[in-house]
Amino acid sequence: MEKLLDVKNLHVSFDTYGGEVKAVRGVNFDVKKGETLAIVGESGSGKSVTTKALMQLIPKPPGRIKEGEILFEGRDLAQMNEKQMQRIRGKEISMIFQDPMTSLNPTMKVGNQIMEGLIKHQKMNKSQARKRVVELLDLVGIPDAENRMKQYPHQFSGGMRQRVVVAIALACNPKLLIADEPTTALDVTIQAQILELMKDIQKKTDSATIFITHDLGVVANVADRVAVMYAGKIVEIGTVDDIFYNPKHPYTWGLLGSMPSLESSDEELFAIPGTPPDLLHPPKGDAFAARNRYAMQIDFEQEPPMFKVSDTHYASTWLLHENAPDIDPPAAVKKRMEGMANSSSHSEGERI
Amino acid sequence: MSQEKLVEIKNLKQHFKTGRHSVVKAVDGLNFDIYKGETFGLVGESGCGKSTTGRTIIRLYDATDGEVIFNGEDVHGKKSREDMKKFNREMQMIFQDPYASLNPRMKVEDIIAEGMDIHSLAQDPKARKAKVHELLETVGLNKEHANRYPHEFSGGQRQRIGIARALAVDPSFIIADEPISALDVSIQAQVVNLLKKLQEEKGLTYLFIAHDLSMVKYISDRIGVMYFGKMVELADADELYKHPIHPYTQSLLSAIPLPDPDYERSRERFTYDPNNHDTSEEPEFREVRPGHFVLCTNKEFEQYRREHGTGE
Repeated sequence: MEKLLDVKNLHVSFDTYGGEVKAVRGVNFDVKKGETLAIVGESGSGKSVTTKALMQLIPKPPGRIKEGEILFEGRDLAQMNEKQMQRIRGKEISMIFQDPMTSLNPTMKVGNQIMEGLIKHQKMNKSQARKRVVELLDLVGIPDAENRMKQYPHQFSGGMRQRVVVAIALACNPKLLIADEPTTALDVTIQAQILELMKDIQKKTDSATIFITHDLGVVANVADRVAVMYAGKIVEIGTVDDIFYNPKHPYTWGLLGSMPSLESSDEELFAIPGTPPDLLHPPKGDAFAARNRYAMQIDFEQEPPMFKVSDTHYASTWLLHENAPDIDPPAAVKKRMEGMANSSSHSEGERI
Repeated sequence: MSQEKLVEIKNLKQHFKTGRHSVVKAVDGLNFDIYKGETFGLVGESGCGKSTTGRTIIRLYDATDGEVIFNGEDVHGKKSREDMKKFNREMQMIFQDPYASLNPRMKVEDIIAEGMDIHSLAQDPKARKAKVHELLETVGLNKEHANRYPHEFSGGQRQRIGIARALAVDPSFIIADEPISALDVSIQAQVVNLLKKLQEEKGLTYLFIAHDLSMVKYISDRIGVMYFGKMVELADADELYKHPIHPYTQSLLSAIPLPDPDYERSRERFTYDPNNHDTSEEPEFREVRPGHFVLCTNKEFEQYRREHGTGE
């Protein structure tokens, strides 16, 4: 498949009074047409900063893209000026933010907010734009669109507001949609509706999506591929099956192990001890070493490179080095893996 | 787990006046018991009244109607200062937002010891300090943290401070109102493990309020599902997940995404339509299977028993 976006060796830093905070430290990934890439990680792992850098939404100063290329259909977004970026934002790449309460303008009617992009980018006149707004509101499942577009955000519930945000993002048929925790502020039932809506629209429009979340359940639901971020780096990347059924990085084990499954409840959760490192002074060696119960001497001295597990699956941990001892994943995670492997082979069998 | 009741909630109502003629019935006739030493999970969507229930039980709000009986005594109704103090020692709360629930101008030591000061539990400053250090260690922090301010801590650490504060007066019952919702996944597991450990060590009873159903299932012995101010289903945690009976519970369970791609590909979601209920009479709370209660009318009761069996 064709690459839509190709991010190479991206470094983003913030200059603060305390010194340079290296929020993103050399990230490589690509997004192909029509696929969904999920980026997971804890707060502060750099997942939001990475995607904001793609759109040049990092306030400069204090932020800056220190190094790297962001190739979108061959053009380097990192080199573009503000004027050029304005032609991209909302038209070719658009973004859905986490909190629908703060991402809509409370003083503007919902219809006008959706129209803004249409008038600016598609050069539509008002009546054309209005027609399109009705179509869009229908598309995202807001009934009675003609009247609803004349209302203000406070007249909408949280789930409905997020639908409006989705409509704004989709207004100009973007090629790439970046969704930054779009469902975190919503209830499970509403979350399920929004996720179904986004998947449905993606199928219809064949756009690509970057989905940022820390909820692994959501990842399993929406993603084709998954990138796990820790301390400003991608530590493991692969297809959704690679990451959930054959995880290689101990941090991924920790993430999977810290979520209870609905079946078991007796054993203690496999919590990751400690807290993420301070990126003002990133530790030497593997940033995860201090919290990693499988850390070896080398983890504290040298950063691990990306090891190839399969054509689609890469992980950055010394455990994959040929000289590393064979280590079993923690029991809780292993059991999960086996259970999942069984269930997967089971459903495979059913599918034939 | 004993079958001794620690808290009995009888026909609890909490109505808020929002205008001259409009009343929001946030909690509307709740009945349930919490046994000594158990964790009772309360789940539901935002706005269903689960937090209001917690806050009314501890009397942050005065109940509109109904009783909360704690250790045989009613929490609501006319009470002297002394009586209220006695309750406050027994019952403590952990709040959702660890950023908003700690006073930014107070040192951690004073935050934790505030309850001890009010109840005059420490004989002298030395004993007070010693107790604070002990509490900090209990929740996995260390004594150097006592002299810092809340902004110097991460979310998970702040929630630990909130837990230490709740433990300071040696309560027997703790209401945890979404204690982990604001935390990262890996930190959530740390806090949940800590709560479980403390329960074993101190024989605490929890009311655990949350909307993350997988975590509620993990920590709770029994679970109550709330919908629009009413409890619609109550059962043992395993029973509830294996045999959800009320259509609302079924829709809620079918909406949870699980970290398993194969399961996700085949998951089917049910939607709940409150109009499908039998309206021939007022629904009541009935025992469909042993220990498994559902809000239903007589006709629905018969139907549920046919569909789900009696479990005998």
